[in-house]
Amino acid sequence: MKNRSFQWLTGISMGTLVFLYGPILVILLFSFNASKISAMWEGGTLYWYQQLAGDHSLWAATSNSLLVGAVSTFVALGLGLGAAVFLERGRMLGQPLIEGVLLLPLVIPEVMLGVALLLFFVMLEWPLGLATVTIGHCVVNLPLVIMVLRARLRKIDPVWEEAARDLGATPWQAFVHVTFPLLRPAILGAGLMAFTLSLDDFVVTFFTTGPGATTLPLKVFSMMRTGITPEINALSAILVTVSMLLIGVSLAFQRK
Amino acid sequence: MNNSSLRQSSVLLLPTLLVLGLFFCIPVLLMFGVSFASRGLYGGIEWTFTFENYQRLADPLYWTIYGRSLFLAGTTTIVCLAIGFPLAYVMARSSARMQTALLVLVMIPFWTNFLVRTYAWMFLLRTEGLFNSLFMRLGILDTPLELLYTNGAVFIGLVYGYLPFMILPLYVAIERIRPSLEEAAYDLYASSFSVFRHVVIPLAKPGIVAGCILVFIPSLGAFITPHLLGGGQSMMLGTLIQHEFLVVRDWPFGSAISFLLMLLVLVVGVPLLKGRKLWGS
Repeated sequence: MKNRSFQWLTGISMGTLVFLYGPILVILLFSFNASKISAMWEGGTLYWYQQLAGDHSLWAATSNSLLVGAVSTFVALGLGLGAAVFLERGRMLGQPLIEGVLLLPLVIPEVMLGVALLLFFVMLEWPLGLATVTIGHCVVNLPLVIMVLRARLRKIDPVWEEAARDLGATPWQAFVHVTFPLLRPAILGAGLMAFTLSLDDFVVTFFTTGPGATTLPLKVFSMMRTGITPEINALSAILVTVSMLLIGVSLAFQRK
Repeated sequence: MNNSSLRQSSVLLLPTLLVLGLFFCIPVLLMFGVSFASRGLYGGIEWTFTFENYQRLADPLYWTIYGRSLFLAGTTTIVCLAIGFPLAYVMARSSARMQTALLVLVMIPFWTNFLVRTYAWMFLLRTEGLFNSLFMRLGILDTPLELLYTNGAVFIGLVYGYLPFMILPLYVAIERIRPSLEEAAYDLYASSFSVFRHVVIPLAKPGIVAGCILVFIPSLGAFITPHLLGGGQSMMLGTLIQHEFLVVRDWPFGSAISFLLMLLVLVVGVPLLKGRKLWGS
């Protein structure tokens, strides 16, 4: 009886996995389809990938995405590390209020954050472009990075830092030589997460972008609007592969 | 910590507070202010204090959109729970090696570009898409069905998009339940169903609540899915906000809708979160 119901659940689970992977695999497969219009298989080709490689606007969008991702990740890590250490190791008046402010950007619908930033930048007459997009990504990434780092810091016993201080280390030395090395896997993990989210972000980018500041998801979106073509399948396949590689790297770091 | 080192260390927090204060708190407060202003002649903002935008929210024209948003977000949450729970349970009760493998399998869609995953359904559902072509070839259909730009398409897209958000917290919660508790219930002649009903589900409640919050909140405010799979036919709150801001250029009214969305999120999210604390997760 017990085993039979487990088999039954396993069957449903297989169905769920097929549902999760079917559409992605179909896109991967059809990125090699020779026909431009048909949704049926007409033989294999790499033509669509060659088309993508020759698209200059795509390369520009990729470099924009990498730039925004790198800057927003480093800013979020730099600021978030300080904030996480302070919130876990120090104590301050009004801490619940600060914790609330740190939580809100995670709860608020992304569309709302996007239009609020748009409103703010337009009213300040701040020209929309890569800088405003990067600011938007920092607002999204910072609370997440702080959350990941705090969770890790909570698991690191303050006894190690106290021992270093007892042996005459300054707070800075204790941090650099004790806390930071213990925190390094979490910093790498949080950084990879922030970078991936920034590369994938569409909603906040959509509302904070300006002329000439096209990121990869915005480029995919504008291609999708003009019609479904095999090039989009090929580009989607590349993006899925990149996500898988990033997960692989982050898992490898966590194992160490 | 003594006073001077405390003052030194608050320097650590200052940049974060500045960034979030300037680029999060002020924009949201500004938008709150704008929601009481009125639209200028050419789409700008006229600073007159009025409740007109909030009164307009009650217009029956928009009730279908609120209703559709709540209905789609609600059914998405329920269906994600129903199909996510068996997978999370099987994951939690598999061998260690199998658990890692399944966890990676669930995480890959979680980290895959949301736009791409939504696009996959455009590719499958459109008139010349895979489903219609396949059914026509097999002779099941004579004329293609209108699958894209319907409520059903948005619903499938939402379930597909947010299912991993349900599975991961469920898995974490079920993994913590000791299998011996279930075995004890079986030894006392409980049926599989009553073990599920009286042992697994009550103990997995923190995960159920977390999963429901993580699916319901983004579904309610969804923008990409209704925009791409629903088009103008199946608007939700997220697409309505975008429409008011970028198409109609009525920013005060768009701001008022944003705060309605936030209110709905809080009305559902806060009681669930409070409940979770009561259950002592």
